[in-house]
Amino acid sequence: MSEPFACPLPLLHHQTVQMAHGAGGRFSQELTKQVFMPHLGNAFLDLMDDQAKLSLPSGRTAFTTDTYVVTPCVFPGGTIGSLAVNGTVNDLAVGGARPLYLSAGFVLEEGFPLVELERIVRSMAEAASKAGVLIVTGDTKVVQRGLCDGIFINTSGIGVLRQDVTLSCRNLKPGDAILLSGTVGDHGMSIMTAREGLSFQSALTSDCASLNHMIEALLDAVPDVHAMRDPTRGGVAAVLNELAVSSSVGVEILEDAIPVKAEVRGACELLGIDPLHVANEGKLIAAVPAGEAARAIEVLRSFEEGRNAAVIGSVNEGHSGMVVMKTLFGSLRIVDLPAGEQLPRIC
Amino acid sequence: MKYLDEYRDPKLALRLLDEIRRKATRRWTIMEICGGQTHSIMRNGIDQLLPDSVELVHGPGCPVCVTPLETIERALCIAAIPGVILASFGDMLRVPGSEKDLFMARSEGADVRIVFSPLDALQIARDNPGKEVVFLAVGFETTAPANAMAVRQAAREGVANFSELVSQVMVPPAMRAILSSPGNRVQGFLAAGHVCAIMGWEEYEPFAEEFGVPIVPTGFEPVDLLDGILKVVEMLEEGRSGVLNAYGRVVSREGNREARKVMQEVFEVADRPWRGIGVIPASGLVLRKEYARFDAEKRFDVGHIVPQESPLCRSGDVLQGHLKPDACPAFGRECTPQSPLGATMVSSEGACSAYYRYHRNPDSL
Repeated sequence: MSEPFACPLPLLHHQTVQMAHGAGGRFSQELTKQVFMPHLGNAFLDLMDDQAKLSLPSGRTAFTTDTYVVTPCVFPGGTIGSLAVNGTVNDLAVGGARPLYLSAGFVLEEGFPLVELERIVRSMAEAASKAGVLIVTGDTKVVQRGLCDGIFINTSGIGVLRQDVTLSCRNLKPGDAILLSGTVGDHGMSIMTAREGLSFQSALTSDCASLNHMIEALLDAVPDVHAMRDPTRGGVAAVLNELAVSSSVGVEILEDAIPVKAEVRGACELLGIDPLHVANEGKLIAAVPAGEAARAIEVLRSFEEGRNAAVIGSVNEGHSGMVVMKTLFGSLRIVDLPAGEQLPRIC
Repeated sequence: MKYLDEYRDPKLALRLLDEIRRKATRRWTIMEICGGQTHSIMRNGIDQLLPDSVELVHGPGCPVCVTPLETIERALCIAAIPGVILASFGDMLRVPGSEKDLFMARSEGADVRIVFSPLDALQIARDNPGKEVVFLAVGFETTAPANAMAVRQAAREGVANFSELVSQVMVPPAMRAILSSPGNRVQGFLAAGHVCAIMGWEEYEPFAEEFGVPIVPTGFEPVDLLDGILKVVEMLEEGRSGVLNAYGRVVSREGNREARKVMQEVFEVADRPWRGIGVIPASGLVLRKEYARFDAEKRFDVGHIVPQESPLCRSGDVLQGHLKPDACPAFGRECTPQSPLGATMVSSEGACSAYYRYHRNPDSL
């Protein structure tokens, strides 16, 4: 992420965010016109109204919101902006909705570099375009220095639910295959290694990506998917535990089936962290009837985001509400929720 | 991944297991010293794979677990002083004091920071000359050299706003205490590989002979652990005592001389209380008087501390191998990682935490 600043318009009067940029006056207009609109502008946003007036296709609507506070706000493989778009798109998509429209609310810290803001907004626009969604309304507030860490973004999203699917975390059935769309832990470890205070470098890149096109294709091919989730905070372990508890079933996964990049494994080893507890931002977990697993994997692998997709385990009736893993050595162990913050070992 | 996968090779592990099954003709009780080994054993289910004749009991090698509650309370008091930045390894932050842990102190406004090295804490001190930076220096012989290095560096550079709250302990006196305790069942040891990487194994030789036990410096991966167990079993079966290294790629007899030198320059041996166990003579390290000005305990007078241990917690028995974590009446009931009664349930090297995390309902596995 080292491309040069490429603002198409003359530079603003300031290099950094000023309190006046959030005051609704001339500075606010300048910020909107010179930073936000060149990248995000569309037929809805261009009207500059206080609200977007939308016509939604018939059917049930899905609505979601999420707030993003990641640090550093620019990291290998993404920015807080692309994360805010992709995260909300994925929250809609894993529920079986086609994401359509997003809102974006910014909280900016006084003094935040405008170059950085422009880069973040640009990455939002790219992510939205890739996902095929429009950002139709937005808001910016500026707070005094020290009252937020650079930039926080909230996005909300609206999508229309497909009528042919019934996805629910209560839907896991004994015999289902558990699918994972790719390598685990890429996002979390790339953030951790990019963060100050860790004095080692890595070539890790976040998996930050929208999954709606892949999910659409999966549901077209396998409408009988029982449950889908994106394993973000808490990682694969947290999602599988939630699914097992909600559906009152057991989940058994196989250690040697779980795709983990060597760099992620290495960083996890150094920090004493289980890759299954590490956040992902472009991965999908799905439970499908065993007979559909091969077809589902084929569809997932036809997408770049799903090229490492694998069946990682199955659903059973034993040990209800628990996730266990068959180790490389044939023994079984519990895969628990992460407890508290991810803590490195000390010796 | 190189240097890792070959020590997690299932074929090699199964071969070692077969060998252990073949060699063990009697019941043997072996203690793995280090909490990192305990976690690897539980995480990989090695205890499930061993024959019934070989029992592993878990040792005291968890620095967070054996740090006295009084030290935690002192850290909480120091952290609450305005102008102090308390830096610590992450595990220490969740260890409950009598009323709260350091995370709670942080939420109440204390400046508590997680660092990965004492040298990072020293850097915080250089960057914040107007603040007092206190590093919570806990650990065994593995952390002592770096903790000593930070103090020596601070002295050389004249970083006067840096100090350490020291709770350093050493393995051999604890092993001696375990072997001397009346109810001892331990017949052989897997010595802690990383401790031996610093200290070597020379110091184990006299008391291996004195107590007639095999001591095998052992690594942390499944193949390492099984190799260590096999060596102990072979020695026990043959009636041999002494030290035999099973961690050749990391450990040598003389250890790391440079690391020991800086340790000895900065620290000296002293009696030390171990949480749950009590005072073990000559089992700890304290700052030498030349470096006493970096001793946070002396720099910050926080008065007399009378800590309150939970009457339900039996971590002392767990740490000495007298009690398996899941045999404690409070395990998984009053005591969980979310609301721990003792440090053994908190630390990433604590035996109770390993059982809870990987093995809490063995019947259902």
